[in-house]
Amino acid sequence: MNLNALWEYANPLKFMRTTERALPYFWVAAVVCLVVGLVWGFFFTPDDFRQGSTVKIFYLHVPSAMMAINIWVMMLITSLVWIVRRHHVSALAARAAAPIGAVMTVIALATGAIWGQPMWGTWWAWDPRLTSFLILFLFYLGYIALWEAIENDDTAADLTAVLCLVGSVFALLSRYAVNFWNQGLHQGASLSLDKKENVADVFWFPALVSIAGFVLLFIALVILRTNTEIRARRMRALLARERLG
Amino acid sequence: MMPDLGKYAEAVLSSYAVSILLIVALVVLSVRRSRKVRAQLDDIETRRKNHGEG
Repeated sequence: MNLNALWEYANPLKFMRTTERALPYFWVAAVVCLVVGLVWGFFFTPDDFRQGSTVKIFYLHVPSAMMAINIWVMMLITSLVWIVRRHHVSALAARAAAPIGAVMTVIALATGAIWGQPMWGTWWAWDPRLTSFLILFLFYLGYIALWEAIENDDTAADLTAVLCLVGSVFALLSRYAVNFWNQGLHQGASLSLDKKENVADVFWFPALVSIAGFVLLFIALVILRTNTEIRARRMRALLARERLG
Repeated sequence: MMPDLGKYAEAVLSSYAVSILLIVALVVLSVRRSRKVRAQLDDIETRRKNHGEG
């Protein structure tokens, strides 16, 4: 595979033409996987012997938490591409992804709190994983606000890329906090490639479909939103040209 | 059809309600903004074409 061919997609027109052709397929696949995964998990899986029916929250909580972290990683990669190669599409893709990541973090925090109340007896605890997730959410908000606050697109892309690099520490902490600090209420990772460590197959398969649904939904949304940002950028450029004469 | 959620029904149902609501809101807002920006850009480009600008 010729990796250099990937840089062709740094051309906004080429990126929009290609992704808009693929977009309907991503929407359909996302809806199918989400509906199948969530309906399977909600209606057709048994209760857990310790957690009862609250185990059904698993199909929302785990995929959204995974997405919250991985979207920041995607933003980090596209921000680095911007810093190194100055491709506008990559900076705009990071901008487009941030609100999706923020919503995923809210879902993870909300479902975690709702799940924690009956299981731990509290909605919230200053546990390493919960706290690092809250800080990750604040980073998402700061990132979105910084884009909105700066008028010049290139300056905004530069500064938000630096913020993204700093925030990556908390994205990593959110993932590994339980391993770093062996304290707090939150359990270790529920999913593992080691069959002995992983959840039982009866929970694992619907969770896998639900995770696929969340990933596909993210891809569909980030394509739609990146194309919107590309158009909005062109619009700002045209209006600026008109103002100049 | 509805599974027996027992004493945790409120927790499970509210988790699904909050999550689905947030996802639907995100999709609707993204699609609306996409349509709005596309229409605005089309307007500007048509206007520029009519004025003979590139």
